[in-house]
Amino acid sequence: MTTTATPKQFVIVGAGPAGMRAAEQLVAAGQRPVVIDEAPRHGGQIYRQPPVVLQRERRDLYGFEAGRASAVLDRFEALLPQLDHRPDTLVWQIEADTLQLLHAGRNRTLRYDALILATGATDRVLPFPGWTLPGVYTLGAAQVALKHQGCLIGPRVVFAGTGPLLYLVAWQYASHGGQVAAVLDTAPASAKLRASPQLLARPAVAAKGAYFMARLRLMGVPMHSGVTLLAAEGGERVSALTWRTNGTAHTTACDAIGFGHGLRAETQLADLAGCTFDYSEIEQAWLPTRDAAGHTSVRGVYLAGDGAAILGADAAELSGARAALAALEDFVQPTSTDQAAQLERESVNHRRFREGMETAFALPRRWAADAPDALIVCRCEEISAGELRACVKTTGTREMNRLKALTRIGMGRCQGRMCAPAAARLLADAAGCDLKDVGRLRGQAPVKPLPIHLIRDTVDSGAASVEESDD
Amino acid sequence: MSATAILHRIAGVPRESITFELNGQSCIALEGDTVLTAILTRAAQLREADFSGAPRAGFCLMGACQDCWVQLAEGERLRACTTLVEPGMRVRTGLPR
Repeated sequence: MTTTATPKQFVIVGAGPAGMRAAEQLVAAGQRPVVIDEAPRHGGQIYRQPPVVLQRERRDLYGFEAGRASAVLDRFEALLPQLDHRPDTLVWQIEADTLQLLHAGRNRTLRYDALILATGATDRVLPFPGWTLPGVYTLGAAQVALKHQGCLIGPRVVFAGTGPLLYLVAWQYASHGGQVAAVLDTAPASAKLRASPQLLARPAVAAKGAYFMARLRLMGVPMHSGVTLLAAEGGERVSALTWRTNGTAHTTACDAIGFGHGLRAETQLADLAGCTFDYSEIEQAWLPTRDAAGHTSVRGVYLAGDGAAILGADAAELSGARAALAALEDFVQPTSTDQAAQLERESVNHRRFREGMETAFALPRRWAADAPDALIVCRCEEISAGELRACVKTTGTREMNRLKALTRIGMGRCQGRMCAPAAARLLADAAGCDLKDVGRLRGQAPVKPLPIHLIRDTVDSGAASVEESDD
Repeated sequence: MSATAILHRIAGVPRESITFELNGQSCIALEGDTVLTAILTRAAQLREADFSGAPRAGFCLMGACQDCWVQLAEGERLRACTTLVEPGMRVRTGLPR
């Protein structure tokens, strides 16, 4: 193996499937990457690990994916002595090849040569009135409660929205003794049939989805497709969900709701790193551009996993490994072109499958047009759909950042993570233009709230935050 | 378990209990609980919305939505879904606006 005069600093952000596989690849090539993760334990959201004291079985936590999860989790664990693993650490800014980190209430900076962003995704949410009531959560949250804390939201729970997670979470709840009052899919049943040719790109995954639905039906869980979600009812907490199908309104009594409409990529750090974005028809969102290897428009910055495009955990592993090879190639030495080509070939099926998913779990087309004026769109600052529409009408704005400046949408503590997909659709609908044309909210540092004492401490000590050496 | 609880535990291995204070009342949680779990296994509110004062109980549980910040009696604020509960913590679920 050849060595370069100055060791290169490889940094991975995110320890989910993409980040873990990228780390493996770098260690195999003799590097010692820094792996930064917000969570206390590696795994990401999909393979999220509970605190050690819960002593949960992998089979119980990850179901069908237990084997796959164990493999990647155990391999990463074995590599820990060869890594610089930084759990409980937030990257809150990227500037001039340097990351600003927050760990245990203190700020640090970290310079990089190659940066692999594997930041994952959160639920994509198209809300309904009452979604801010206690007891209403994302599908991802319902799953985290179970995986990370051994708790169920409920006791009676409705799962609603659309996407593969809808049926997976409903089945996980039902098989852990949860009282699933209903599964309400906003996509029509016919969409699943239309998608079958593409879904056969990954027959085993499609079969799992069919299995969850069949099991739920056998368990007697009411399941409906082509549903319009009307409102969550309740005072101090949710007590029912009203919905409509075939022109008839229904009310399902419940103590909790888990909902979502697929996932949205976490792209703020790519934005801060200066990556070029392009509109993705399949994701219906602006995403950082990347080539098949994971290169972004910025030299030394790479993308992998769901933070680049929603393709799921298996594809995330492939893209994580591929991005690591690209970084090695660019900064250290030529890498195996066979392995790179193989990883790219395997990814093709995942993209085809994703197209099928988007057909099978199509987003409600009339969501923006039907959203009532009173609907709270921004949870942080309680800005309503009517206020957004009024702003478009009086100012003629057609662009997301202008709408943000005028209404504060996306300016609250979540930085638009929860409201942006909904706000962009409302803006496009009110302005009479395509979703693509309203643009996207620019990422802003800090990407998450910081304790104010960071600034105070910096001023008190009369020095900037701790600068780290390369090792 | 309280009838107002949003979170309900599934069976698991026994864990040490942790005593903490919720709005002035002494309560029991389990080792490994987040602050969010410690509260929502007995109540249905973490905070009040900044403008309407409406009750909130978190939303994403993965540190993204920032809708689960609670305050300690000492004044420090913390994100309930990503912070483990500690013995003696004095948590308040009605944030002063």
